Amino acid sequence: MAVLICALSLLTAYFVPLWQILMWAPQYPEGLAMKIWINDLSGDVKIISALNHYIGMRAIDTSMFPEFKYLIYLVAIIIGVGVLAFLINRRWSLLAFLAILVMAGFGALLDFYLWGYDYGHNLNPEAPIRVPGMSYQPPLLGSKQLLNFLAFSGPDIGGWIFIIASWIIFFVAVFEIFFKKKLV
Amino acid sequence: MINRNKLFSLGITAAAISLTLIGCKPKGLESVTTSGAAEKVYVAPGKHDEFYNFVSGGFNGQVSVYGIPSGRLLRIIPVFSVFPESGYGYSEQSKAMLNTSHGFVPWDDQHHIALSVTNGEHDGRWVFGNANNTPRLARIDLKTFRTTEIIELPNSAGNHSSPFITENSEYVVAGTRFSVPIGDNRDVPISSYKKNFKGTVSFVSVEPTSGKMKIAFQIETPGVNFDLARAGKGPSHGWFFFSCYNTEQAYTLLEVNASQRDKDFIMAVNWKKAEEYVKAGKGKKVKNVKYAHNFIDEKTDAATSEILNEVLMLDPTELKDMVYFIPCPKSPHGCDTDPSGEYIVGSGKLAALIPVFSFTKIQNAIANKEFEGDFGGIPVIKYESALYGEVKKPGLGPLHTEFDANGNAYTSFFVSSEVVKWNVKSLQVLDRVPTYYSVGHLSVPGGPTKKPHGKYLIAYNKITKDRYLPTGPELAQSAQLYDISGDKMQLLLDFPTVGEPHYAEAIPATLVEPNSTKFYKLEENKSPFVSLGEGKTKVERKGNRVDVYMTAIRSHLTPDNIEGVRLGDDVYFHITNLEQDWDIPHGFAVKGAANAELLIMPGETQTLYWKPTEVGIYPFYCTDFCSALHQEMQGYIRISPAGSNLPLTFSTGKIVEEKESGK
Repeated sequence: MAVLICALSLLTAYFVPLWQILMWAPQYPEGLAMKIWINDLSGDVKIISALNHYIGMRAIDTSMFPEFKYLIYLVAIIIGVGVLAFLINRRWSLLAFLAILVMAGFGALLDFYLWGYDYGHNLNPEAPIRVPGMSYQPPLLGSKQLLNFLAFSGPDIGGWIFIIASWIIFFVAVFEIFFKKKLV
Repeated sequence: MINRNKLFSLGITAAAISLTLIGCKPKGLESVTTSGAAEKVYVAPGKHDEFYNFVSGGFNGQVSVYGIPSGRLLRIIPVFSVFPESGYGYSEQSKAMLNTSHGFVPWDDQHHIALSVTNGEHDGRWVFGNANNTPRLARIDLKTFRTTEIIELPNSAGNHSSPFITENSEYVVAGTRFSVPIGDNRDVPISSYKKNFKGTVSFVSVEPTSGKMKIAFQIETPGVNFDLARAGKGPSHGWFFFSCYNTEQAYTLLEVNASQRDKDFIMAVNWKKAEEYVKAGKGKKVKNVKYAHNFIDEKTDAATSEILNEVLMLDPTELKDMVYFIPCPKSPHGCDTDPSGEYIVGSGKLAALIPVFSFTKIQNAIANKEFEGDFGGIPVIKYESALYGEVKKPGLGPLHTEFDANGNAYTSFFVSSEVVKWNVKSLQVLDRVPTYYSVGHLSVPGGPTKKPHGKYLIAYNKITKDRYLPTGPELAQSAQLYDISGDKMQLLLDFPTVGEPHYAEAIPATLVEPNSTKFYKLEENKSPFVSLGEGKTKVERKGNRVDVYMTAIRSHLTPDNIEGVRLGDDVYFHITNLEQDWDIPHGFAVKGAANAELLIMPGETQTLYWKPTEVGIYPFYCTDFCSALHQEMQGYIRISPAGSNLPLTFSTGKIVEEKESGK
């Protein structure tokens, strides 16, 4: 049952932001936020782009993220696998679902890292402000000082749901393997 | 013979007497602030004040905004005077705001403030202000802190008794200070004042949702000077009270000739009755008038001006039961209704007492026809019949009264430079504090409403003298902040103000702050001159008129190279600020512009007219330090001789190898 709930909880990914990047600077004490959704960006994207142009970073736009095109299907597949795992109701199906969840999680982080690397390193050589040796890759997870900005990157509601769901599946699997075995 | 000893003792005695005399000299008038005053006015860096204080600018024609209790100047809102620092009155969008029946008027004298109210309490929507010299009323929108409407008042000369407001902002009033001849024959001897000069009070209606103003009706009165006014509230809602002086009807040396009568009047107007007469078609349509009505057109975000030629006039000598006079000692100035609406405080500026009138008694006197005669065909109620009581020996020269929530009144005394606290019901003086010096108006947060917020009292003084570091003969006006939360008033702070403040109102920040606009949304910009993006910028010629559609965004102007403009051309720079972030205005100035700069808020379009005077290259640039590369935010426009056939070109970021282009 827990498996089904976990799988269905991932449906929320379509309605809440998954990831967030927060930024603070002396003149932005209230902070700037960029929220990453399953197929869109929201928050102060225009303001962040306007600020980033000084250091030659490209304007952030949904077209920069081809992931937005297939992420909706990918999540649907993951949910489908979860539901299937519940219906099959075997240990191997549970483990397969867990494996897919973990792979998806790390895959997303890797993908985000690659985008961040490109976005932070691939700078306009004619940018007004060029700091030798400086790149502006956003932090993968946690916070990082980038010139006058303190940037933070971390899961948003959808991301947390994904993480919690993965942990529950993990504990269910652990329970199945180590405790139920003895009962059988 | 007087011996040495005697001389000596005489000397000693003389010295002793002189010392005693010196000792008798009154103690210094140094101000005493109580301990803890600094903490009460200290608003820590980054913290916000508790109240907004909207302060009339007097002869600067603007409204200024202070934070209370810190006394910090937050903003000057341009209203009746041009303001080159923002381009108000200079930009093509704002020019029409200062249009009048006399043409463009760049200055006025702004005296009083009225904040909009609902059920007699502040609602934080609009600020109304009067123009004293060329009679007008303005409305400021508290979302943007901008003047959005100005209406001129016909048949008026000196709009002083204004802009006081009724309990639900139904009407803002405008009583003329100077009576003048009105109607067809205005070329009359000044000495025919009694016969030909008339006063008027105007009731300007305020549309409940948009705030749009319209002169609903005017009431014609005998020639007098209207001074101040207050609406009734609660039980007296439906009535309005105007103080008036010069019932002597003097037209020269008023100082003496208008101070002869022992009593002048407070004029009580039953405006609900007036509304009935208007509905019944009893008003007279006066056609020989001309007045301007200027407002921000929501579609284009620019001011438009219309000239109107009709006003509805009510004659109280024919339309009975609408207007009454109440005798009030010695040239009354302030005329203030208390929060309950029952008491009306008159302040004879030459009187040594304060009369308090009772609304109930006024109603009874009218019902029982307790009149002592008439003035210009309008009944005069007997003084004793309207009087609740007098505050005895309060001070010299009472001017204005504000109220707290505990039944107390605070009256300013110009001559004796003090504020006197007294109880409205008992009429007993409770406390007095000095002001520095010669106080005019007072402001208690919510003081004129049904529910005063109390806590502070601000005194606006007319004489500053030694209060601050001297700045030559011309000094800032001073204001003093008092804590009125206890039994005794405590002086907390002394702060300079701009212009010459008269009346002011204070409102809790919580009623205004949450609604404050941060920037204008580009997608809502419907200006015909907008450039929605750099790709939409262009330069167009129609005959001698050149329109430059330009954008500003950190840190460049597009286009920033313009050629093909000729001497004799009329150039219009239409600048759209493409920013969509809080507090990123851009400015625009071009060399030799005979008007001013523009200050363009994010998402807004403003237009500056420019007439080049010589052939050459003219720089233009952003005047508001917008970013780290603000100093790079500039461009050039080339002016060729009249008749040059250089084609009109414009670009940004286009680099052409050095050559004599266009020869």
